Amino acid sequence: MVALANKPLFDGPEWNFELIGRTYDAIEEIGVGEMGLSLYKNQIEVITAEQMLDAYSSIGMPQMYRHWSFGKRFARDEMMYKKGARSLAFEIVINSDPCINYIMEENSMTMQCLVMAHAAMGHNHFFKNNYLFKQWTQADAILEYLAFAKRFVAECEEKVGLGPVEAVLDAAHALMNQGVSRTAGARRRFDPRKEREREQARRDYEIEIYNELWRTLPNAPKKEEERTDENRAEQRALLLPEENILYFLEKNAPKLDGWKRELIRIVRVLSQYFYPQRQTKVMNEGCATFCHYEIMNRMYEKGQVTEGSMLEFAHMHAAVVYQPGFNEKHYSGLNPYALGYAMMRDIKRICLEPSDEDMRWFPDFAGNQDPMGTLREAWANYRDESFILQFLSPKVMRDFRLFHLKNDADNPAMRVEAIHDEQGYRKVRRMLARQYDVSTQDPDIQVTDADLAGSRRLVLTHFVRDGILLDKEECDRTLMHVARLWGYRVRLVEQDAATGRKIREHETLPLP
Amino acid sequence: MNIVDRRLNPKSKSLGNRQRFVRRAKADIRDAVKDALKKRKVTEVEGSEKITIRSKSVREPSFNHGRDGGVRDYVLPGNQDYKAGDLIPKPQGGGGGGRGGKASADGSGEDDFVFTLSKDEFLEVFFEDLKLPNLVKNRLKDLKNPLPQRAGFTSDGPPAKLARIRTLRRSLARRIALKRPKTEDMARLEEEIARHEAETPPNEVLIAELKARLARMTRMRQTIAYVDPIDLQYNRFDKVARPTTQAVMFCMMDASASMTENLKELAKRFFMLLHVFLSRHYKEVHVVFIRHTSTAAEVDEETFFRGVETGGTVISTALEEMDRIVKERYSPADWNIYAAQASDGDNIPDDMGHCIELVENALLPASQYFAYIEVSEHSGPGETIVWHGYSELAQRHKHFAMRRVTNPGEIFPVFHELFSSSASA
Repeated sequence: MVALANKPLFDGPEWNFELIGRTYDAIEEIGVGEMGLSLYKNQIEVITAEQMLDAYSSIGMPQMYRHWSFGKRFARDEMMYKKGARSLAFEIVINSDPCINYIMEENSMTMQCLVMAHAAMGHNHFFKNNYLFKQWTQADAILEYLAFAKRFVAECEEKVGLGPVEAVLDAAHALMNQGVSRTAGARRRFDPRKEREREQARRDYEIEIYNELWRTLPNAPKKEEERTDENRAEQRALLLPEENILYFLEKNAPKLDGWKRELIRIVRVLSQYFYPQRQTKVMNEGCATFCHYEIMNRMYEKGQVTEGSMLEFAHMHAAVVYQPGFNEKHYSGLNPYALGYAMMRDIKRICLEPSDEDMRWFPDFAGNQDPMGTLREAWANYRDESFILQFLSPKVMRDFRLFHLKNDADNPAMRVEAIHDEQGYRKVRRMLARQYDVSTQDPDIQVTDADLAGSRRLVLTHFVRDGILLDKEECDRTLMHVARLWGYRVRLVEQDAATGRKIREHETLPLP
Repeated sequence: MNIVDRRLNPKSKSLGNRQRFVRRAKADIRDAVKDALKKRKVTEVEGSEKITIRSKSVREPSFNHGRDGGVRDYVLPGNQDYKAGDLIPKPQGGGGGGRGGKASADGSGEDDFVFTLSKDEFLEVFFEDLKLPNLVKNRLKDLKNPLPQRAGFTSDGPPAKLARIRTLRRSLARRIALKRPKTEDMARLEEEIARHEAETPPNEVLIAELKARLARMTRMRQTIAYVDPIDLQYNRFDKVARPTTQAVMFCMMDASASMTENLKELAKRFFMLLHVFLSRHYKEVHVVFIRHTSTAAEVDEETFFRGVETGGTVISTALEEMDRIVKERYSPADWNIYAAQASDGDNIPDDMGHCIELVENALLPASQYFAYIEVSEHSGPGETIVWHGYSELAQRHKHFAMRRVTNPGEIFPVFHELFSSSASA
């Protein structure tokens, strides 16, 4: 090992499997041995550029059920790639156990090294240890569940044809962001085998209880009071209001066949699976970027990589963490890599060499001389919103030159509310944290009423915050999808969250 | 840790998804292809096509915040000289000002969706309208004409195929290698001997030595041949069966006012199809557009399809024009000549005789195939003048064919009939 340490592991761009294996070992030694990362077992898969494009279109998952929207994504990505307008990612990593890392054939050896330090160490550690992922996703079951989903969708297509399956999936996809239970406690774990059995049981039961006779029974008309009583009881039974619209439809839509409910469930499970990723973009990428930076530098110190490789690495790294200003041409929002990386580097600095300011701002960990411990703790117990709220330091705000802008539709001008100065730090930090809170970014839409016995009308309510209404056209289209699943009239009420004042209403009927 | 090589796994896992997407967007794509066809030239049908579709059918809606209204907060990087409390006037016209209200990441806010159809997908859509049975595409007749093609050199062959340069190059190399005395050296030596002999008194020893050298050189020249059988190289030719590489396609059309825009569109479809067909078989396809009223002229494509002229209809003028162009530019020995004539069947009655004579005596002997397409808005009974006149020709000559077309759906079947009959001929 000592002899190895003095000699670079590789020189030049060529790679082979043995070299990747040896380099991985060196990386793991630093990542696990020195930085104290705790990892899922890694599986590194080498793929071609075409396969990378394929993987893109199925939201990065190794297998996915078939749907035209993935084809659409593929068509666009392919064209962008061929035009040269966009280059491909160097890796894709999947939150699964074992953790699957896709790396591209075209990468140089330095890139492969960087990619392994980034994904196989950084992302992997984050997936395994962050509380959101622990709570919401089951890394060991996702691959099997995807296989189940793919098979199930294929079976449905065979049984009822492409069209009807597509219609249900379209509708469910439209509600994907409303298919997440944000506040529910610990969920039942899903077990793919049980899923299959449950689905089979559902079908068997339907066949069992089917009796031609029931169709011929006349329905006795009920009195009005009875109905309202029933309604109230029903609402209680339905546990309204419900924020997870997909869940509600799956359980309560009156007209859905079993297989349709199962399809909705599949989309819902996926949506739930991806929910943590949406909430931890900055942290996840920051963690991975921080890890690759630390590991590459440590490897250089140990003489395991050459100066040439370091130059190549520095070039890539600089591109990854580049943050253009708001008025520059390439600006497209805050770069999560840049922000996450800068914050984590800064945490390290605060732990090791705190300034007076840091001592005031972060008395609990400034100067504790344990940067890795502090970071591991942050990675485990925060999401973007709380992480920024807790850890964004004045120095990073100054470095990014962050400022807070308020745009009130009623005013002719936008107002700079706060900048990176003594008076503004806390305000800017609070606003930035809010910007990363997914639940305030997504519209808050809940099922508030459903009349199962009478008109069968479903009522959704959008609780409007800050006067920001839904995009009308999109909303109407999406509502059509809700109506298709629900089977009857659907109304969406937009009311102000604070005052309860009704602002706008949309209503739609399912197409025959 | 585990390393897996997935590079050999089946590619295009997304093919199924792509097909679903194309199927889904078919109606839109068809419209887009139709648009593209109108813009496109006859000779350009086959390139892969960038298609822009209005994404009605491929839109993925979701509940999103609208772009304007309300109170929005942004935190932006890169502040230069703003201070708290500064007011920034909103840009004119745009409601939002800031860019925070962008559409969701998957771009569901976009209106037009641009992507590239592969050539096959494009032709599929193109032919779909024309009711192309999938199998026939490849069955259409191949026109093979074995041609000798250079295939390097060989050491054996008829004298006529001797590769002289190659042979001499080898000979030169051999002569240098074996040090065969050069003619100039011999001449110089003989000259030297003569000079020495002319001296008085002659240097006998030197002369004897020189003479011996000369004798040795002469002997070497005799043993080492100037061109040896091992030097010989012959050109080698293989018979390669391949289609004659060039074809010319004559498009003739009646441009008089009775040809409506629709009829021209029909004819254009036919010409396009013929062009696709020909360019699959020939390396180079020239297209000649001739339009006629009571006079005929060679024109460019734009004028051919777009221009309207007034005047009577004398078909023979176009045929004469074609005859002239063939004689001038496209010798039947070098070119495969195809002619497609489209008209609504109208002609001056006493012109038909001249037409038939022209086609039969001048054009048919030179052409591979002559197709006459009669386009009409509706398939009424009765024969037009041209139809009647050409009927007897079609009976006498197998490579003359005529069909009637009333709507785009018929074009491919008609086309297929025309060319499958030629295949059996």
